[in-house]
Amino acid sequence: MTPRNPNLKQQLVDAFANLEEDQAYHLAETMLAEGQAPQSILDGGREAMAIIGARFEKGEYYLPELIIAGELLRRIGDLVKPRLAAAAPQGAPRGKVLIGTVAGDIHDLGKDIVTFMLDVNNFQVMDLGVDVPASKFVEAIREFKPQVVGMSGFLTLAFEQMKRTVEAIVAAGLRDQVRIMIGGAIMDDKAAYFAGADAYGANAGEAVKLAQSWTGGK
Amino acid sequence: MSDKSPEVLYNERLQRLKDAAAGKVPDRVPVFGPFQKYPYNFGGITLQQAMNDYPAARAACHKFLDYFQPDADFGPIFAYPAPAMETLGWNAFKWPGRGLADDTMYQYVEGEYLKADEYDEFIYDPSDFMLRKWAPRQFKALQGFSQMVPWRRFMWSGWMNFGFFASPEMRETMQLAIKAGEQMNDWWGSQAKYWGELQAKGYPLAFAGWDWPPFDILGDTMRGTHQILADMRRRPSKLHDALEVATQIFIEYGSGAAGAPLPFCWVWVHKSTREFMSDAQFSEFYWPYLRKGLLALVDKGVTPVLYWEADFESRLKHIVDVPPGKMIYHLSNTNYEKAKDVLGGTTALMGNVPNLMLLSGTPGDVRAYCKKLIDVAGKDGGFIMDAAVMLDEAKPENLKAMFDFTREYGVYR
Repeated sequence: MTPRNPNLKQQLVDAFANLEEDQAYHLAETMLAEGQAPQSILDGGREAMAIIGARFEKGEYYLPELIIAGELLRRIGDLVKPRLAAAAPQGAPRGKVLIGTVAGDIHDLGKDIVTFMLDVNNFQVMDLGVDVPASKFVEAIREFKPQVVGMSGFLTLAFEQMKRTVEAIVAAGLRDQVRIMIGGAIMDDKAAYFAGADAYGANAGEAVKLAQSWTGGK
Repeated sequence: MSDKSPEVLYNERLQRLKDAAAGKVPDRVPVFGPFQKYPYNFGGITLQQAMNDYPAARAACHKFLDYFQPDADFGPIFAYPAPAMETLGWNAFKWPGRGLADDTMYQYVEGEYLKADEYDEFIYDPSDFMLRKWAPRQFKALQGFSQMVPWRRFMWSGWMNFGFFASPEMRETMQLAIKAGEQMNDWWGSQAKYWGELQAKGYPLAFAGWDWPPFDILGDTMRGTHQILADMRRRPSKLHDALEVATQIFIEYGSGAAGAPLPFCWVWVHKSTREFMSDAQFSEFYWPYLRKGLLALVDKGVTPVLYWEADFESRLKHIVDVPPGKMIYHLSNTNYEKAKDVLGGTTALMGNVPNLMLLSGTPGDVRAYCKKLIDVAGKDGGFIMDAAVMLDEAKPENLKAMFDFTREYGVYR
C-alpha cells in the first residue's frame, strides 16, 4: 500500500481554495484511496472555505467563486460522507442564525451568500428558504432558538413584509431573544428602521460582522 | 390646468423628453417612470385583476394618468396577460393566481434552460435551440416542439419530415399555441387601444422597445444566474462565443424602437452589479458586448435607456465610454452626485427618489430630495425625475409631491 502522504491535505486545501475543481476532487479521491481519514478531507474543505471567505471579504473573490466553492464542497461532501463512521466532530458553533427571504419574494442569491459566509465563519445557520411567511419565522425562532435573525428581500414589497415579520416576532413575545438584521439590493439603514430591525448589512461581510458583534464580539 | 390642446401638449412633452435625453436643457425637468404595480392599486384594483381584466387595467391607468400627468406613460404594459401565460403553462414565472398571492408582483423562476453542454447548439443555430429545446422547457404547452426536425434541414426532400406535425404532442401544442395566440392578440389589442387614447390626451408613449444586455439574455432565461456566473471561470471561451451571438440578438431586439416618435428602448440591466461580478469580470464579459450593442442601436436612431438597477458607482469609469448625448442612464441607488460628476455631458440621468421614501416618508421629505436631485443631477439639463426602482407601493400624496414639485421647481429659467 502506498504510504500516507501528509502533503496531500495541504494540496487539497490549496487546489480547493484556488478553485481548481477537478484537481481538488481528484486529490480527495486519492486521499480516500490512500486510506486517509475521511474527516481530514472534510477538515481540508473547511480550511479552504475559510480562505475563500477571506478572499471574498478582501474583494479578490466574488459571487462566481462562491458559487463554484459551494458546489465543490457539496461534491466532496457527497464523496466522503458515506465513509464517515459517525457524525463529524465539529467545534461548538459560535452562535445560531436563522435566515430567510420574506413572504412574497422568491429571490435567494443574496441570502445564499450570507448563509455561505456565516457558515464559513462557524455559525450554525438555519435557512428557511424563500417566500417565508412571518409565522414560519416565529415558529423557527421558538424551535431553533437563534441569537440572530436575518431577513432578506429584493423587491420593494419586502419593506412592508419585513415590518410585518418583525411585528409578528414582537407579538409572539420573542423580540427580546433575537437581534434582527436585514439585507437586499434596495435595503438600507432607513429600511431597517422602518421594519423595526436592529441593523442593515450592505453585504455578506457586514452580515457576518453584525452576527459576530451580537454573539460576543470578534 | 393648461388650456393648451392635447396636440400642443403632446409635442411639448415629446420635445422636453428628447431634449433631456440628448443632454440638453429642456423647458423643465421631465417626470415619469416605469411604474409597475402602482397604477393598478391607485386605480383600485389588484395586480391579478389587471392581468386578467384588460378594460379594468386601462381604466386604472387612465385614472393614474389624469391624476399625476406624467410626461410620458407606459400604460398597462406591465400587467402581463395572465390568460395567455396560463395557456402556455409558463414554468419560468410565478404570478398572482399562479404561485403568488393576488396582489404580489410577478417574479421569475431561475432554472438551467440551456445546459452547459448545449452552448454549441445555441451558438450554431440560436433559433433552432430556442424552438426545440428552450421553448418546451419554459412552456408546458410547447412540448410538441421537441418533436420537430431542425428547419435548416428542410431543403429539397427535407420537407418529407413533416410527419412530426401529426404527433399527439404536436397536435396538442398547436391547439394551445393558437389559443394563446388569440389571447395575446386580445391583450395587444387592449394595449394599442390605450396607446391611441394616450396620444389623444396629449401624452407620448414612454417606450418603443425592450431589451436585455447580452450577458443577461444568456443569464436570465437560459443558463440561470448561478450557472452563468460560474461559466465565467469554467468555460470562458464558450461564454464569449455565446455572448457574440447574444449581442446580435440584442441589436435585433432593440432595433424595433427605431423610427418611433419617442424611440426609447428600455434596457433592463440585471447581473452586472458589484455583488455579482468583479470589475475585471464586468470589463471582460459584460460591458464590451453591451457597449457594442448599444452603439449599434444608437446608429439606428434608437435612444437606449439603461436601467442600472443597483449601485453602479464602481462601474461608472467603464460605462461613461459611450458617445455623448445618445443615451439615458437610469439610476436606482447609485449616488447621483458622483454619477453626474462622471457621466454629466455624456449620458442623461434618470431617477432616483428612494422607493422607501415614497412609501413611508412625507411629501416634505420627497420635495427636499427632489430639490437636491434637480439642483445637482438636473444642473445644465440632461435629467429626468423618477422613482429609484419600478414603483409598486407608495403613498399617493408622496408621489404627487414628486410630480408637482418637479413641474414647479424643475423649470429651467
